[in-house]
Amino acid sequence: MSHAVANTDNWEAVKAACLEFLPEHIIRYIEQNAKTTHSESQLIAILHMVQSHFGYLGKDQMHSVAQLAQIPFAKVTGVATFYHYFRLQPRGKHIINVCLGTACYVKGADKLAARLMDQLGIQFGETTKDKLFSLESTRCLGTCGLAPVIMVDDQIYGPVSPAEASLILEKYLKKNKGHKTAEASKG
Amino acid sequence: MIDKMINLTIDGEPLQVPAGTTLLKAAEKLGINIPRLCYHPNLSIEGACRVCVTQVKGFNHFLTACSQEVWEGMEVQTNSPEIRQARRDIVELLLDNHPRDCQTCERDGNCELQKQAYRLGVRERIFNGARKRIPVDDSGQSVIRTPEKCILCGRCVRVCSQVQGVSNLSQHGRGFHTVVGPANLANMDDSVCIQCGQCVAVCPTAAFLEKDHTERVWEALAMPRDIKHVVVQVAPAIRATLGEAFGLPMGTPVTGKLVTALRRMGFDEVFDTNFSADLTIIEEATEFLSRVQKGENLPLLTSCSPGWVNFLEKFYPEMIKHTSTCKSPMQMMSTLIKTYYAEKKGLDPKDIYVVAIMPCVAKKFEASRPEQAMDDGIPYTDAVLTTRELAWMIKSYGIDFVNLANGEFDRPMGISSGAADIFGTTGGVMEAALRTAVVKLTGEELGPLVFEETRGVTGLKEATLRVNGMDINIAVSNGLTNAKHLLEAVKKGEKQYHLIEIMACPGGCIMGGGQPYPPLDHDPLAPETARIRAKALYDIDAGKQLRRSHENPAIEHLYAEFLGEPNGEKAHKLLHTHYEARMPRGIR
Amino acid sequence: MSNPVTEFYKALTEKVEQSLAARGEADKIVIQVGSATCENAAGAVDVMDEFLKHIQSSGREDIVIHRTGCTGRCSKEPIVGVAVPGKMPVKYERVNRDVVHRIFTNHVQKGLPQAEQILDGSIDPDQQIEFLFCEGKRCGVGAKLNFREVFQRKLQEAGVAADKVRITSASCFGACQGRSGAHAHVLVRPFRALYRVTSESDLEELIQKQVLKGEEVPALKVTDKPIYQEFFDLYGDVSFFNRQSRVAMRNSGILDPDSLDEYIKFDGFKALATSLSKHDPDWVINEVLKARLRGRGGGGFLTGKKWQMASQQAEKTRYIICNGDEGDPGAFMDRGMLESDPFSILEGMMIGAFAIGACKGFYYIRAEYPLAIKRVQNAIEKCREVGILGDNVMGSGWSFDLEIRLGAGAFVCGEETALIRSIEGKRGQPKVRPPYPVVRGLWGKPTSINNVETFANIAPIINYGGDWFASIGTEASGGTKVFALAGKVKHTGLVEVPLGTSLRKVVFDIGGGVQDDLPLKAVQTGGPAGGFLPAKWIDMEVDFDPLAKAGSIMGSGGMIVLSEEDCMVDISKFYLTFTQEESCGKCTPCREGTTRMLEILEKITSGKGEMNDLDRLERLAKLCQQTSLCGLGRAAPNPILSSLKHFREEYVEHIVDKSCKAKKCVALIKYEIDAETCIGCTVCARNCPVECITGTRKEAHVIDQNRCVKCGQCFEVCRFDAIERV
Repeated sequence: MSHAVANTDNWEAVKAACLEFLPEHIIRYIEQNAKTTHSESQLIAILHMVQSHFGYLGKDQMHSVAQLAQIPFAKVTGVATFYHYFRLQPRGKHIINVCLGTACYVKGADKLAARLMDQLGIQFGETTKDKLFSLESTRCLGTCGLAPVIMVDDQIYGPVSPAEASLILEKYLKKNKGHKTAEASKG
Repeated sequence: MIDKMINLTIDGEPLQVPAGTTLLKAAEKLGINIPRLCYHPNLSIEGACRVCVTQVKGFNHFLTACSQEVWEGMEVQTNSPEIRQARRDIVELLLDNHPRDCQTCERDGNCELQKQAYRLGVRERIFNGARKRIPVDDSGQSVIRTPEKCILCGRCVRVCSQVQGVSNLSQHGRGFHTVVGPANLANMDDSVCIQCGQCVAVCPTAAFLEKDHTERVWEALAMPRDIKHVVVQVAPAIRATLGEAFGLPMGTPVTGKLVTALRRMGFDEVFDTNFSADLTIIEEATEFLSRVQKGENLPLLTSCSPGWVNFLEKFYPEMIKHTSTCKSPMQMMSTLIKTYYAEKKGLDPKDIYVVAIMPCVAKKFEASRPEQAMDDGIPYTDAVLTTRELAWMIKSYGIDFVNLANGEFDRPMGISSGAADIFGTTGGVMEAALRTAVVKLTGEELGPLVFEETRGVTGLKEATLRVNGMDINIAVSNGLTNAKHLLEAVKKGEKQYHLIEIMACPGGCIMGGGQPYPPLDHDPLAPETARIRAKALYDIDAGKQLRRSHENPAIEHLYAEFLGEPNGEKAHKLLHTHYEARMPRGIR
Repeated sequence: MSNPVTEFYKALTEKVEQSLAARGEADKIVIQVGSATCENAAGAVDVMDEFLKHIQSSGREDIVIHRTGCTGRCSKEPIVGVAVPGKMPVKYERVNRDVVHRIFTNHVQKGLPQAEQILDGSIDPDQQIEFLFCEGKRCGVGAKLNFREVFQRKLQEAGVAADKVRITSASCFGACQGRSGAHAHVLVRPFRALYRVTSESDLEELIQKQVLKGEEVPALKVTDKPIYQEFFDLYGDVSFFNRQSRVAMRNSGILDPDSLDEYIKFDGFKALATSLSKHDPDWVINEVLKARLRGRGGGGFLTGKKWQMASQQAEKTRYIICNGDEGDPGAFMDRGMLESDPFSILEGMMIGAFAIGACKGFYYIRAEYPLAIKRVQNAIEKCREVGILGDNVMGSGWSFDLEIRLGAGAFVCGEETALIRSIEGKRGQPKVRPPYPVVRGLWGKPTSINNVETFANIAPIINYGGDWFASIGTEASGGTKVFALAGKVKHTGLVEVPLGTSLRKVVFDIGGGVQDDLPLKAVQTGGPAGGFLPAKWIDMEVDFDPLAKAGSIMGSGGMIVLSEEDCMVDISKFYLTFTQEESCGKCTPCREGTTRMLEILEKITSGKGEMNDLDRLERLAKLCQQTSLCGLGRAAPNPILSSLKHFREEYVEHIVDKSCKAKKCVALIKYEIDAETCIGCTVCARNCPVECITGTRKEAHVIDQNRCVKCGQCFEVCRFDAIERV
């Protein structure tokens, strides 16, 4: 099901509204893709692009994707909520992923997680109040030889003991000393 | 081409069926109804509930009967001890994640999950554990969601997407935390839901229900006559189906008992929506002829299905100009009650309470539309009861329905032609319209009565009639995915249609979202059901003397005494309405 | 008769030869730095950077540096290789910037290898010649002498100092072409000379010429290059490697994953050219059938059969998909191969596509593997540039192109029908089967879905023959399998061995045995869908059917070594937690059943279990196995059923005695301070998050058991071993 031609009565208004919520390069991608066969199968790739850009999938963004790609909105949110890689809430500046794969688990990843939760004061899936850190658990990252492993943004650290993990956190805290004040001044 | 025949054994009994038959259907030939929950013949096969598992020789795991096609020499057990335990355990697992409020639940005694649990022998809870906690969505005018009661069979998602083409619902989340709901799990009111209620019709539990109006009707009935004058109108489809709720065979017409029951309940006046159905035909036929003469805004699309009107406004607003501006029969009747009838009886419209008995769930929404109200804001229709709600009220009252004597509708708004009766089935509105339109076009006294082209429950019918040297292209669709095809064809402009009947519910109003649930093991959208119910209506029509809307003397009188000309100024003000594009806009 | 495909391939190889020769590296010192996700995480990027700085400042033009993929020797990364012409190649482990400096200034500049940093401490730098004797089952069959022992003796007799020549027994080099004989194969490093010896006099000749004069013995040389040779040339001295048989991973750690030229240098795309030049898809299918290659993703279905079924469908539009969703926690072989040798997967996939008549293929790769995605994308682009992908592939008239589709964090999408749904842009919920994907798959068309490792094996099968592949392995299954060895084992990493190898060989010979030399308790295979193999079965053959019979599965190749420090109930709970979280939610038994089973396990591990919980657990397990819609649900109870079978007493101890002998289940352990050992340093009390330790300085401290939350902090920080876990 591809649609080379606009398929709703208010297409121009739709496009204009979407510009408010999505960057140009994504809109262009969706439009170009719409002309191919099985265009609706690119939904996951589109959502990846949106999350890459914004850090998460906002409701308005998903609605815009639905409108532009002509996929029923419920199907878009149904897909977005199925895959755990997609986040529907904005996250902290730094994402800390604790690998809970078998090798890491066997080498004490649960203690590691507990220490981080303690230090940050949040559970998996939550973000610190100052929006500096989000804590997530991940399934196997494929670096089992370095178990137990944590990943901060794109950087993998392993093997880490709970104490070493704390030190890594301290490093990021130091780097972001200005973060709190910036947030506070934003009001 | 002859189908290859397959030989197999079910529970030791040999059997021969065509290749491609599923185990479920094959077993039915032996009179075995394998228990099932998510299966539905009109919807894609998902094999999700796993209740229909069977034991097939040569496999370690069990195979679902709904999806497994037979092969030569297959040996199947449908009732071995292992299968019995497996089915029992699966249903118990569903119960363990379900509220324990059967006795206070709307579907107590009428719930597929409950019936399967009893039938499969769940007598104790072995697996108990945490239950999902999800808030109720009470926002809709017509449909309420109670996700805690959902067993994730997926029927609602499939019917909304595959049959209705709306795709308002989807599963969200994953695993144990899966929830079915509109996009982003928003309220139904904020979604593209068109309120057709097919989700309610196919739901095996109380996860989807219609909004209750019985409370307010009891209250109104309890008030003294001089304070509140309660008038009821009854849709065509009700008389063919209400009997099912009282154990009468499907397709038994119960018009007379229905009227008596309503009077017994305390309604001050019992009118027949058929009357205003006839009225709708006059108005719409006039509208149609005018368009044919002018050659503009053709095809004319009917507008008596509020689910379809919602769909029009949310999905195809550019087709509004084609849609008849006639109100639905229900709304025409309610309007007349609070104007014509009020005048005749010398009543203040504020003291009149109008109740409509409808097979339809979207009518609850229609009744609440701001433009369907009097100038002071009071709605013309005060309450809409579905067939199910009425059945419950009659039982609650204690009325012995099946043994009631036959009663007659009150006059004048109880006299109707057979054309009105058939409104309740797909193609009925078209046939009724043609009976009048053809006469008007040809100028002949008596035109044809039966239009075979309009009869039958398939989703999409097209025909060309030769009338007065002109080709009239008609189309009839039920189920909105079929309507989509039709509307796209109209937009393409390859063929000039003249008159199109669109019904939201597959099979027409008799299969509406408010109709009695079918018995266990009968599928909620089965074409056979539609056929039997439709036949009842066609039989009522055939048994009447008066069969054409424009020959209804009460209607003639109404125009002479009150309305003036069809489509005239007063008729337009009272009996016509307007539509507008609405948000959220649906994606086609 | 000219064949456009062979012409194309010839022109391509010539061009590659020229451009590689232009590099002029034959006489240069070659430094190789590993580059893959694990390597980079361990610091390989810094290492590369440091080497580049050193090379530049040295001003020397005879030193080149290359990236390679990951060899799979994970716990010792970053790994660096230094090959000085004429000298034994040396591998270094755990390299960082300081080590780079030492390696460069000492080994590269001055020719002095850094012995203390050598990988697994393998080489004695004084031993500049090594003789690797193949100990494969096909060598020395019916021979009257033990070639290696005789060689050793003769060396002594010849007066060669024992510490000058290294003699190693290694796994099969593949020089036999699958034929048994009364011969031995010997690989001589660093001369890259491969010999076949059949008699004592052959051995003498080797000593006289090769050892004493440094000359080759042409008469004894094996002329065909067997598949393993390159790997053994580089890494043969490391016992972790020389006991493996690298078919799927033949190029991992050898070549630069981004270089098409290097891939072609190592016979890349020769197999594709062979297949296309014959214009006969059935020939390809037959070779793969002969090879007895079974799906390496865990299904174990004969790949040749799958391709045959797809090729026989009436529908002409067909698709091929590479399943790169590798979701088993503890499995990383697919990532390793995609990052280290992406072209080989591509080639295998193209051969498969040709065999089934597909003109479009998809890679489905986990979003969590960004480097793999990047490398595959690069491979695709490079192939398009030279005409290996796109219209008229290699001049054959067949057109084919590839696209990458990303996963998004759903383990269930490794299941075939769920994967298809995901590519179609939907929720990844499996479909009922039948119909199977080969009949009606992606967008309703016949589709073959194959695992990364399966594809990695295809080019060797075509190049060396299906019979050769079948001869490695067992009666039922041909070839090798890559295992991801992890857990309480000394050497973690990727291990590729012939199917049928004993578990003992993998865990002890290659893996080095259990960490801390504790007794082995069990080996868990197959990830969350697998079972436990108790220690008493250590000599069993690792193959699809024996594993299934043993109550486990091959799975994708995860192999976790467990010691007495592991609690079987806890591990089962760990796996079930994973499966329950990853359940798609479509079918009742898996969605509800895994949750209920998990609740029961939580109950048991928190000390609240009752004996009838075991009955309920078993009943649910059976229900999931028999009624679930897909493999995830059907296999989810495997760890539980397997651990109940072999370690039921642990469950009973948890329930009846409320005790966890392995001291893993937090609720069932106690931390106690030994009053005699405690010196009252107060460190534990200061670190306790709930302040439940009392005691004054120099006095023995006490833990209040009622308030203790069993976090284990005190245990970690006590420097005097005064705290016991009971």
